[in-house]
Amino acid sequence: MHALEYAMKKTMYEKIWDSHLVVDEAGQAPLLYVDRHLMHEVTSPQAFEGLRMSGRKVRNPHSILATMDHCVPTKNRNLPIADPIAKKQIETMAENCRENGLNLYDMKNPNNGVIHVVVPEHGFVHPGMVVVCGDSHTATHGAFGALAFGIGTSEVEHVMATQTLPQKKSKTMQVVVNGNLSKYASAKDIALAITGKIGTAGGTGYVIEYTGSAIRELSMEGRMTLCNMAIEAGARAGLVSPDEKTYEYLKGREFAPSGAAWDQALAYWKTLPSDEGAVFDATVVIEAADIAPQVSWGTSPEQVAGVDSLVPAPESFTDETKRKACESALAYMGLTPNTPITDIKVDYVFIGSCTNGRIEDFRIAAEVAKGTKVAEGVTAIAVPGSYHVKQQAEAEGLDKIFTDAGWEWREPGCSMCLAMNGDELTQGQRCASTSNRNFEGRQGKGGRTHLVSPAMAAAAAAAGHFVDIRKL
Amino acid sequence: MEPYKKHESIAALMDRSNVDTDQIIPKQFLKKVERSGFGVHLFHDWRFNDDGSDNPEFELNKPAFKGSKILVVGDNFGCGSSREHAPWAIADYGFNTIVSTSYADIFYNNCFKNGILPIKVSKEQLDKLMAEIAANEGVCFTVDLENQQVTTPGGNGFSFEIDPFRKENLLNGLDDIGLTLKHADKIDQYEQQHKQNFPWLWA
Repeated sequence: MHALEYAMKKTMYEKIWDSHLVVDEAGQAPLLYVDRHLMHEVTSPQAFEGLRMSGRKVRNPHSILATMDHCVPTKNRNLPIADPIAKKQIETMAENCRENGLNLYDMKNPNNGVIHVVVPEHGFVHPGMVVVCGDSHTATHGAFGALAFGIGTSEVEHVMATQTLPQKKSKTMQVVVNGNLSKYASAKDIALAITGKIGTAGGTGYVIEYTGSAIRELSMEGRMTLCNMAIEAGARAGLVSPDEKTYEYLKGREFAPSGAAWDQALAYWKTLPSDEGAVFDATVVIEAADIAPQVSWGTSPEQVAGVDSLVPAPESFTDETKRKACESALAYMGLTPNTPITDIKVDYVFIGSCTNGRIEDFRIAAEVAKGTKVAEGVTAIAVPGSYHVKQQAEAEGLDKIFTDAGWEWREPGCSMCLAMNGDELTQGQRCASTSNRNFEGRQGKGGRTHLVSPAMAAAAAAAGHFVDIRKL
Repeated sequence: MEPYKKHESIAALMDRSNVDTDQIIPKQFLKKVERSGFGVHLFHDWRFNDDGSDNPEFELNKPAFKGSKILVVGDNFGCGSSREHAPWAIADYGFNTIVSTSYADIFYNNCFKNGILPIKVSKEQLDKLMAEIAANEGVCFTVDLENQQVTTPGGNGFSFEIDPFRKENLLNGLDDIGLTLKHADKIDQYEQQHKQNFPWLWA
């Protein structure tokens, strides 16, 4: 290929980046335009306070969609929030949105739910956009071919005031997932397997684009799960190029274009996929057929194994840092090296979160839970990602399957993913969780988290320990 | 933001890698609507016993590290959640400098918004610094951002790289928003073009 022609081939990331550059001058960080700004109650109050103190205004209120999700109770919603500090945070959010004329789906709103579940439901993010939120799981929206990444609260304030962000251009990594997944292996297992392979810092400094036949086969929900966990591999953003599934999903949703604008948008979206022959800074290849249902055994999302394997021994790591990390993780998790993963007993099961709180997740979990009973001594809760997911699941009778099996069917929210709302583990309790992080204390001080897919979580609830769902 | 000045300070050692922001500031402290007062909760679950007393096993509770402004820590510091409460807690506790081999991207950006200098060093360099502190707890390092230089009494000094734009902002304590708004006309122009190119986003 001729050098010039070679240089003109662009990845999707580069196309989005180039089309959003407002200022690119020597000696300062490039300034990137932001199309959509998502908000929740935890990372925004100090940003609004900053705006007020400096006498600045929200530049484009229509670019913002806000919800309340982290602190909201998942039961007894009719009662006032018991925790006075959480209550104040919720009230502050409502007040800030009112004062600035922002679209807020508050706790009582029928559109309420976890921000990264709600936003796609309303078609608020489109291919080719730059999307930010004071939340690392903003990466979720890369499923639509949008450059979506988490920011800090100072940056939230910056975007509100200027509709831009000073940004350093990332490197690009292509993660190719070839072939077909085995039955019951899911997008979650791909995400965990990738994190296991490249590590939690493997994607640092990169934007990941997921390609390959297994990715094309994933539903939009599956792509959201996958991109959601890009941050667990250190990448601020994950991307999947838009295709017919993307367009089909968006069509007719509230904030999606319609009529002539749809045709215009569609023509643009189709220019976004990475050019044939575009060069990535790094490439990782994974065979989908090799991915067993995954279970994390440690306190970092890279500490994962197939359900058919053993808890590793620290000596099995040649790298000293990893050996030490394994040692301290096993001590915290109360696990003995070489225990079969399927021998690990659980006390708690949580299905939900921005990773796995969508309708498809509850469908697959209900398929596994149907006709079973939650094992003795196990508490199992199903927390829909939004009121719309909840309604849809109820319309399909999924709630009944869960409650008949002894599960609790809750109101939507982040719930036990980060345990800010009172849903939490107690010291030493062990949880099969469909969330995204197994950090120490994440689900409650001394709580032990094992990250799994919804199907694996449902199977663990019935058996009281992990099971290889491929063998059910 | 306070301008970052050359200083000599105790270097505290945390020989741990992949320290995530959930550990730096656990979620139960994220409900506040203010920016200040997070320092007392820094590393809460490691730092305190269940009864609220100091955990003597935790590194930063060592008397030799009291008053430290420099945190020397293992790989991939600040991974996980984007919470800016993490650098708020670190700064409020008293640190203004971190030395590690690597940082998570969001955390790294957040540091600069809060007057914290995150210095990147090689694994070999980090090992030397850690060994020097371990052998002489309470040792003071000197950090000179202007000249991008760290010096130590044990002779393990080094120079470090930093983005010139970020360096300038730290040294002068500049507000990012004010800098961006100098380009207000360019943002206006971009937005006009954007409206023409993507009218459906503005409908």
